[in-house]
Formats: sequence, structure tokens, C-alpha cells
Amino acid sequence: MPNCPGCEGSVALEENPRVNEIVECGECATELEIISVDPVELAIAPEVEEDWGE
Amino acid sequence: MNPATPAASFLLLASRVRADEKRLLDAFERRGMRYEYLDSRTAWSPLHQDARERRLVLNREIGHARALYAARALEAAGHVVVNSAAATDVCGDKWQTSVALRAAGLPTPRTALGLTPEAALEALEAIGYPAVVKPLVGSWGRLVTPVPDRRTAETVMEYIAALPSPQSHIVYAQEMIAKPDRDIRAIVVGGELLGTVHRRGEQWRTNVARGATTEAFEPSADIVKLALAAAEAVGADIAGVDLIEDADGRPLVLEVNDGVEFSGFQRAVGDRVDVADRIAEFLMTRAQSCFE
Repeated sequence: MPNCPGCEGSVALEENPRVNEIVECGECATELEIISVDPVELAIAPEVEEDWGE
Repeated sequence: MNPATPAASFLLLASRVRADEKRLLDAFERRGMRYEYLDSRTAWSPLHQDARERRLVLNREIGHARALYAARALEAAGHVVVNSAAATDVCGDKWQTSVALRAAGLPTPRTALGLTPEAALEALEAIGYPAVVKPLVGSWGRLVTPVPDRRTAETVMEYIAALPSPQSHIVYAQEMIAKPDRDIRAIVVGGELLGTVHRRGEQWRTNVARGATTEAFEPSADIVKLALAAAEAVGADIAGVDLIEDADGRPLVLEVNDGVEFSGFQRAVGDRVDVADRIAEFLMTRAQSCFE
């Protein structure tokens, strides 16, 4: 399992992870982005911007 | 914005793959659609070069400004974008949406545009209290402010006047509808209603992003007609139409969302409809009519 770049805890992923997928660290609740899948690499997800969302 | 694989027919543009985008990509694959995923954060578009192959683009960019300019750039290069740049532009601006809904003769709450915070105070007097002030461009209910009386309105306008962006000083004001403890979300794809859900929340803003819960219900003929007409009025092929019922139970259209988030809707409707699959099906049909 990949490690959270925030707290270094292990992050459990669902099957078939995708690039740019957003996941949450189960230990520190930081929102993470999958930046590659082979191998899986995680980065802190971008902060929400003012015009995001519906 | 030059996708690397000319053989692909579809393009899904996004910068954030949420549960919705995963469902869409899964649906594309189940249907055997040739597609490419493009991270909009890496995209750029040359002005003097048309696309080598026209694509049908599903625009799932989460940020409104980037979604709008991506749609404009992709259309300029010859691609077909769903939703279109024009629809994204209208849906992303509450005043433009209200104008389009009114032009189509659809019922909406009484609304006014104040070109300055001072003018908005006069507009609010005309609308009457309680009222709601909303940012022209905004999402997830952010900064939507209930204004129960003149005194509060004066304070809210002072805050608005202190905001740095000139656009923030243009005020969208609307009557507060004494709605039940719920509102309605309808999803329309390609002129067909996929379903309707009630959204309920502990907060007065009933956005799913703010924790509202959803429950499917069988819509009345009025609601069906209104949802379809609202999507058509703003030119959105894929639309999340928000409606509320007034004290007499009459449905009114609040807004139409072009970048529909459907996780809460999907949870509520269960197996009755697969939103991602219906979007994929619509794109395939649209591609046939556009390119063949």
C-alpha cells in the first residue's frame, strides 16, 4: 500500500485506481491525488478553489 | 489541447477524478468506447491549428473558469463539447441563467440584479424581505446569504463592497421562497429526464456537497415538464436542474448546473437508472449524429 505524503501512514486504495483520482488518507483524513498508478504515487490534492463545483 | 491518440473518438476532460468521473470512465469502458482522458491542468490550445480529428468531449472540469475556456478552446479547434461552451457560460452565471429561464417563460423566484451594492439595497426593497443574495458565479452554495431585513442587508452590502473583485460588487438578489424542508434535483440527459430526488439538509442550503441527503421520488407532470424545459432553455445536454416548491406547492426553477455531480442522486435512485451509463449512451448517439 502507498504511503500518505502527509502523515506517512498506509493508504488503502480501491481496485482499479485511476490517475487524478481523489482518495482520502484513512489515518489523517488528508485529501490525496493519485498521480501515477504503476507504481501508485500519491500527492496532497490541490486545495479547493473558489469556482469549483456545481 | 492536442490529444495524443488520434484514434480515440471521445475525450473526457477533468482535473479531478471523483467518484462520478470514475463511474463515467467505467461506463465508457463497459461500452467499448474509444476514449482518452485529458488532465485539464496540462492542457493548452494553439490558436492557428485545427484538430487533426474531431472528438466528442465530455467536459468534467470542476472549476468553472477552466471548464468554460476549455470548452471555448476545444470548440474553436473543431471539437464538439458536451456541455457546449455557450451552455457552460449561461449555467455558470446565475443572472444569465435567470434571463434564459425567463425568456423560456419558466417560473422562477422574483430576482433582480444590482449593479452596485447600493443599488442592490434598492432592489432588495422592491423584492421584499426575507431575501437571498448570491454571488453571480459560485458553487456548492458558497456565500449564498439569507437577508431577513434591511438592517442585515446594509451590513451584507458593506461586506460585498469591501470585496476586491469588481464582479463581486454586482449583486444577484432573489426573494426567499418559503419552501418545505427540501428542494428538488432533476437530472436531464439528452432531453430525457433520468429522475428526480428530494434533497434535505440540516442547513438551509440543501447542497449535497454540504451534507444534504437525497431521496428519490416520482415527479409530477409539472416537474417533468419544467426540468426538461429548463435544460433546454440554457442549452445544456447534461443538466442538473434545481427546483423548489413555493408555499402553494408550485415548482419554480432555481438554477441549472452544467457540471452535474450525481453521486448523491445515484445513491438515491439505486439500480433504477445508471447516470454514468446514460451519459455514455448519450455521447455515443451524439457522436453518430455529429461525425457520421
